[in-house]
Amino acid sequence: MTDTSLHAPARKFRFERHASTILLVAAIAIYIGLILALGQTRFLTLENLVAILSRSITLGITAIGQTFAILVASIDLSVASVISAAAVVTSVVMNGDPAMMIPAILAVLALGAVVGLINGLVIAKLEVNPLIATLGMSLIIQGVLSYYYNNFAGKVPVEFQVFAYGTLGIVPYSLIFMFALAGLAWFVLRFTRFGSDIYSVGGNQEVARLAGIKTARVIVGAHVLCSLCAAIAGIYLASRLRSGAPWIGAEGVYDLESIAVVVIGGTVLAGGRGGIWGTLAGVVIFSLIDSIFNVAGVDAFVKQVLRGIIIVAAVAFYAARSRRLVA
Amino acid sequence: MSEQSLMAADRPKRGLPRVNPVYVLVLALIVAIIIMNPAFGEPTGYMNFLKRVAALAILSGGALYVIVSGGFDLSVGSIMTLTVIGSSMLASNDPNSTYWIIPLMLCIGAVIGVINGLVVSYLKVPSLIATLGMMISLNGVAFMWSGGAPRGYLPDTFRFFGRYNISDLPVIGLLPIAVICLVVFGVILWWGMHRTNYGRLLHAVGDNPLAAQLAGVPVRTVRISAFVVSALTAVLAGVILGGRAGVSVNIGSGFELQAITAAVIGGAQLLGGRGSVPATIAGALALEAIFTLLNLLGLAQPVRLVVQGLILIGAVAFATYQRKHVGR
Repeated sequence: MTDTSLHAPARKFRFERHASTILLVAAIAIYIGLILALGQTRFLTLENLVAILSRSITLGITAIGQTFAILVASIDLSVASVISAAAVVTSVVMNGDPAMMIPAILAVLALGAVVGLINGLVIAKLEVNPLIATLGMSLIIQGVLSYYYNNFAGKVPVEFQVFAYGTLGIVPYSLIFMFALAGLAWFVLRFTRFGSDIYSVGGNQEVARLAGIKTARVIVGAHVLCSLCAAIAGIYLASRLRSGAPWIGAEGVYDLESIAVVVIGGTVLAGGRGGIWGTLAGVVIFSLIDSIFNVAGVDAFVKQVLRGIIIVAAVAFYAARSRRLVA
Repeated sequence: MSEQSLMAADRPKRGLPRVNPVYVLVLALIVAIIIMNPAFGEPTGYMNFLKRVAALAILSGGALYVIVSGGFDLSVGSIMTLTVIGSSMLASNDPNSTYWIIPLMLCIGAVIGVINGLVVSYLKVPSLIATLGMMISLNGVAFMWSGGAPRGYLPDTFRFFGRYNISDLPVIGLLPIAVICLVVFGVILWWGMHRTNYGRLLHAVGDNPLAAQLAGVPVRTVRISAFVVSALTAVLAGVILGGRAGVSVNIGSGFELQAITAAVIGGAQLLGGRGSVPATIAGALALEAIFTLLNLLGLAQPVRLVVQGLILIGAVAFATYQRKHVGR
């Protein structure tokens, strides 16, 4: 890169790198334009901005994890079930008792780690297609969960609801937590060996292996992080809903939405390219789209139709320029 | 592929004849069901079973076209829903409407397939995302069309394909129309995939798109056509399922994953290049047979999910193991 900048008169504009920023700016521009056009300036407040951002914290936390899975050229369809399971375990173990908060969180994190470990091992060691492996895992978790629970179970103590409802000034703790998590993920990807290994394995697994990277460990690690994030998202959701039910993950379609958000954020499904900030941009774009629809008063069903089109259009925005063949 | 055949030459060949394990699986499951419930051996037993599986089997056969070409089609379930909802809205209790509604639905299906294909091959959107977006949009369209709750019902002429049985036949007794559809479309799909040049192009594109392109295969056209086949079979499956089960707003949901599961149990390779229509149909039979068996054992719906998950992972792990160690 330094090479080209020395020889070329002007440094080439790397479209792919800035596409998510362009999309984000476009979404913000449309939102502000719409508000001004409708004269509803009451939406242009800092409080409303925070409200827009906090609407998609579950999706954001999940998507941060999903970014790891997709970067390593894998994918995780089990996140929605993990979210449900984590929320139910959180509220059942806590069961209204503040003393059980720490054990519950530890139990959920252990659950997430185990699920990620199994996902990763099945994908890396048994060489099962990641889509199938995690879909199977999702069905298994969902089955076990709905065998034992068929409604909201347990209760989160008031002390724990602070995680979802407490605020620092006007900013909710959970929003700060999401950005802190994103910062941590960025640090891992940017400055640690594990992070660069993820990009290598995602770019070309065979080459990474020949270069001496223990590819299986990297894949397993990425999946453990992905499931851990989903588990944390489940904890947050339990705190917000004050209880957990076995369908809340599936209802939010967090599996497919987190993938869509990651891809809109510029991470390539084939792996090896992309990053956390793009994913966060994707999350914000998603909430902005929702807000735009709400402000414009779009019918719920029309909203859904447009949502599907926007997902495809946003991805096409990057992909149409690539010369590679996709499937 | 050449790499694999080279490796195969180095290894001693196994003595057993190479039968796709899915056929053994189906046979074993059916024997188990008959032992549990002897009535299944009667024509009414197995014909009703085949009638139940017809929609999924046809759908899986079509979905296999996309899988062999190297993609995924997640929109098929929503196409089924759209077919059922749209038909019931258009029919307005007029028995004669069926004759134009089904062709119209096939046209809509073809258009959806073309859009999927164009988005994947020209806009270069990964098929997973492209068809996911299509799924979300089509579910929205179905809701819009029906106003949120299904109104109207399907006339008997429409339900003929999914519900009607020809009775009083010699030997087999009764023969559901759905089973005839299954055989007819199964043979057409088999012929297209395994007996035509088109099928060979499909395999070539899925196996190595770049090589196929360099060899002069019209990769984009082949890909688009695969999505069209998949969408058309989804419409057919919707007609049969709607006929059997009636109208509801989420009638097709979950079928996209079941179709992929059936293809995978039948030994299809995700990301393309390998797959067989008869084995996929057998995969659909196996899936339905497992569910029947679990029902007979009195196991609840959640257990079905767990078993489906285990089978899915097991089937792919087994296929991968076999490819690596037997060099098949």
